[in-house]
Amino acid sequence: MKTNLNYTLETRRYIISGVVILSVAIFIIRLFFLQVIDNEYKTWADSNAFLKKTMYPSRGMIYDRKGKLLVYNQPAYDVMLIMREIQPFDTLDFCTTVGITQAQFNKRIADIKDRRLNPGYSSYVPQVFMNQLSAQDYGVLQEKLYKFPGFYIQNRTIREYEYPHAAHVLGNIGEVNRQDIERDNYYVQGDYSGRSGVERSYESVLRGEKGVEILLRDAHGRTQGKYENGKHDVNPVSGKNLTLSVDMDLQAYGEQLMQNKIGAIVMIEPATGEILCMVSAPTFNPGMLVGRQRGRNHALLEKDPLTPLFDRSLMGVYPPGSTFKPAMGLIYLQEGVITPDTHYSCAYGYPVLGGKPACHGHASPLSLIPAISTSCNSYFCWGLRDMIDSRRRYTTVQEGLDVWKNHLVSMGYGYRLGVDLPGEKAGYIPNSKTYDKIYNGRWSSSTIISVAIGQGEVLATPLQICNMSAEIANRGYFYPPHIVHRIQDYALDTLYTNRRYTSIDRSCYEYIAEGMRGAVTSGTCRGAALADVAVCGKTGTAQNPHGKDHSIFMGFAPYENPEVAIAVLVENAGFGATYAVPIAKLMLQKFFSGEISPDNKYTEERIMQAVLLPRNVVIQENKHVANR
Amino acid sequence: MYLVMVVGGWFSICGASYEYETVRWFSPSGRPGSQLIWIGLSFVLIFVVMMLDSNFYSVFANLFYILSVLLLIATIFLAPEIKGSHSWLVLGPVRLQPAEFAKFATALAVAKVMSAHAFRLAKVSNLFIVLALILLPMLCILLQREMGSALVFLAFLFVLYREGMTGYILLAGLCAVTFFVIGMKYSDVMMDATPLGEWIVLSLIQLISMFFVYILQRNLLHTKILLGITAGVALVSYFLSFVMPVDFARVTMGLIAASSLYLIFLSIKHWLWRYLLIVLFAVTSVAFLYSVDYVFNEMLEPHQQMRIKVTLGLADDPGGAGYNVNQSKIAIGSGGVLGKGFLNGTQTKLKYVPEQDSDFIFCTVGEEEGFVGASAVLILFAVFILRLINLAEKQKTAFARIYGYGVASVFFFHLLINIGMVTGITPVIGIPLPFFSYGGSSLLGFTLLLFIFLRLDTARKER
Repeated sequence: MKTNLNYTLETRRYIISGVVILSVAIFIIRLFFLQVIDNEYKTWADSNAFLKKTMYPSRGMIYDRKGKLLVYNQPAYDVMLIMREIQPFDTLDFCTTVGITQAQFNKRIADIKDRRLNPGYSSYVPQVFMNQLSAQDYGVLQEKLYKFPGFYIQNRTIREYEYPHAAHVLGNIGEVNRQDIERDNYYVQGDYSGRSGVERSYESVLRGEKGVEILLRDAHGRTQGKYENGKHDVNPVSGKNLTLSVDMDLQAYGEQLMQNKIGAIVMIEPATGEILCMVSAPTFNPGMLVGRQRGRNHALLEKDPLTPLFDRSLMGVYPPGSTFKPAMGLIYLQEGVITPDTHYSCAYGYPVLGGKPACHGHASPLSLIPAISTSCNSYFCWGLRDMIDSRRRYTTVQEGLDVWKNHLVSMGYGYRLGVDLPGEKAGYIPNSKTYDKIYNGRWSSSTIISVAIGQGEVLATPLQICNMSAEIANRGYFYPPHIVHRIQDYALDTLYTNRRYTSIDRSCYEYIAEGMRGAVTSGTCRGAALADVAVCGKTGTAQNPHGKDHSIFMGFAPYENPEVAIAVLVENAGFGATYAVPIAKLMLQKFFSGEISPDNKYTEERIMQAVLLPRNVVIQENKHVANR
Repeated sequence: MYLVMVVGGWFSICGASYEYETVRWFSPSGRPGSQLIWIGLSFVLIFVVMMLDSNFYSVFANLFYILSVLLLIATIFLAPEIKGSHSWLVLGPVRLQPAEFAKFATALAVAKVMSAHAFRLAKVSNLFIVLALILLPMLCILLQREMGSALVFLAFLFVLYREGMTGYILLAGLCAVTFFVIGMKYSDVMMDATPLGEWIVLSLIQLISMFFVYILQRNLLHTKILLGITAGVALVSYFLSFVMPVDFARVTMGLIAASSLYLIFLSIKHWLWRYLLIVLFAVTSVAFLYSVDYVFNEMLEPHQQMRIKVTLGLADDPGGAGYNVNQSKIAIGSGGVLGKGFLNGTQTKLKYVPEQDSDFIFCTVGEEEGFVGASAVLILFAVFILRLINLAEKQKTAFARIYGYGVASVFFFHLLINIGMVTGITPVIGIPLPFFSYGGSSLLGFTLLLFIFLRLDTARKER
């Protein structure tokens, strides 16, 4: 009995051994699932342990056409803190050092800790306490930093502008928003990108490429050195430098001339389509939109009733007025409506419509060249009538107008020219459908006669007006205007290196150029004449239903082998000759000679001192100037 | 015997040197250094243990036991609170965990008592003495709030089983765990009108009861009767459920009650107490099921409740209770087949796994040596434990055999709970992996435990 019992008990060792083997087998199967089958844990482990720290590239610098440095990077200092490492310290001392109040300090700390405002908060991870400390405050804080455990300073770069000019052209950078991040996965929250100007249009070349540094991070989020000694790190690639076609001296001078005025100056090199200067007034110092004041200053500029943020040179659309007449002349010549010898009569106005639109005193009847020089309204009204009302050429008036429109589009009107700056407006050239809608299909040249003299429905930007004059200077073609002369390591977009020919024969342009030369020598814009350069020009007066007319000038120089085309527009300045012409003269002299001759000093002084602002905003404008 | 010695020694050195290399990365003078000292000390201890006469252990078993229990009691009051428990005695620079030493003392005492000539486990008084021997240190350790170490003492149930305790106690334990897991896991799941957890457990109880009737009595008739009734009621209630909501748990409950009454009737009729035992099983099981919630909510600490819930997948708390296990699984899982290579583990190196050099040491193995290395370690442990059992069976004296089983059971329990915890199978219970985990007390404790047995084994060969 006893042996029997012992015998059965001894077999129990196999049961116990079996349990041991079974348990270990279960563990091994479990391990097999964890380690071999399931890959999820590997990914988790990587996101656990690797801290991919972005290394920011330095943004490309911007030069002007003469190689002057315009925009570069300057160090800025963010005050960072790691909540976990904070020890009691003299908060009052800290607050006075960085220039905040105790209450602001407490609020900021509370905001950082608030997970609703700061979802990624961890007391181990550095948090931005303050953005972009000034260099001065930085110096003081750096000395005292040992007193404030948990705080440290992180360097980053912000933009620095060498000159207080060309704010619209250069643009500025700002923090990316949600849409930017969704559109382009290059960006993460807190990155900066170009918000306007070339900073925006050339963002992809200026920004460079971010690098990444793979750091090992422990369970508390503290870094523990580089992963495999930085073998997998990627160095950042600096952004490319830009050389603008802008001549900063010319730009600065233009802004000076336009001070206390509203309007735009655009100058283009006809041989390349490069923009030499692009002034929009009023303007502001680009340095205002840098650093900690950016938000406040941006709001200030936005509220300004003179809308200084609005780039009038390519966003402002105006009736081109008489500067439209050369284009009309070209179309009439091309379509055979007129020959250079065709004469039309003028009786202080367009006889067909009882003297409207009115005209001023000059010889009558007259041919095309003097019609341009004296800016005869009637001549171009006659031309439109002969073009679209006569059934000899086109079966309907609609067909005639569309031919007219297509010529204008080929000259760069009605659509965006494709300048390499954001926000360009297309202007407006009506087609037959527009008028069919307005006049129920029953209309003729008389109905729409004001388009013949650049009024009515037609609208153009100063850039388009300048481009028109560049195209006359080239006698029939243009390069789409652009602001960037050269991109480091990249070729310019072929859009800017291919000529665009208009639909008008080269021969037609000679008459127009001659007419514009006549306008300066003996016509409406004698005030643009320079002693040593044969300037050609055309004045314009854009009717402004809200106040005084806008004064416009468009021209190029010299008459043969032109080097520059220009358009000047001054809002509320009356006749073209009053302000736009002398401004253009001064700009051209600056361009050709680099300085203003003594006999023009008086004009320069008169222009600079002129204040052409709506009366009710003058005071504010002065305050704004004082702010700079 | 030499083989086990070598394996044991290899274990200590491998585990320790491993430790050394791993931690050196961060603190050259910290834990690896002290672990080396402990290893040195354990070699001294081995020497001492091997030099002493083998009778010394059986003679002084009771003394060891009494001393260690006194030490445990003293610890409850003297120990400062470290990581939520009062289990560490601080003596100058050294911290000792008396619970580790209580294991070998208890093993010795149990062996001594059970090997006494007149000892019969079948005798209730004798069984109680042994249980008291086991439960006393367990209670002390529980009072120190050191759940893991206390649970290890349950390992001695294996010893009792080997020495003749009825297997139904182990079976009952298994049933209890099963019922608990199922009951908890599905406690809040409803299937129409039926609480799913309750229903499954109750059905299991009914099935097991019927199974018992069959194997205990070999009585096919009664089994068939019960089976028929059960199947009939189940079918009827199933069809009824199309018409009206039926609570199957209640139905099963009724079935159990009916079967119990039937069995009581049978036991009186045939005057057989075994039927009563089955009824007892059914009734206690049902009682257990309904008291689970109470025990769980009232008797366990909140962090223990949470750990259990996390293990059962009832709660998800990767930042808190689930953090250890989650990070531990990530570390092991990221190891892949071959591992990241020695010292190349990122998870363990960067301290994602808490207690990675003590209780969670297996993560380092899993991450750096991969599936191959981790399995090898497990297999080595299995061989080691099986070898111990084998050796224990070879012993000529009951004392040595029982002690040998004690040693094997303790190692097995540590392995079971530790690896189970690290791989997320069992709840988190802090308990070291023998010879691998950092810690002087546990290393010395295990060394004592093992080498006393080896000393006894040498004595067997000498004779």
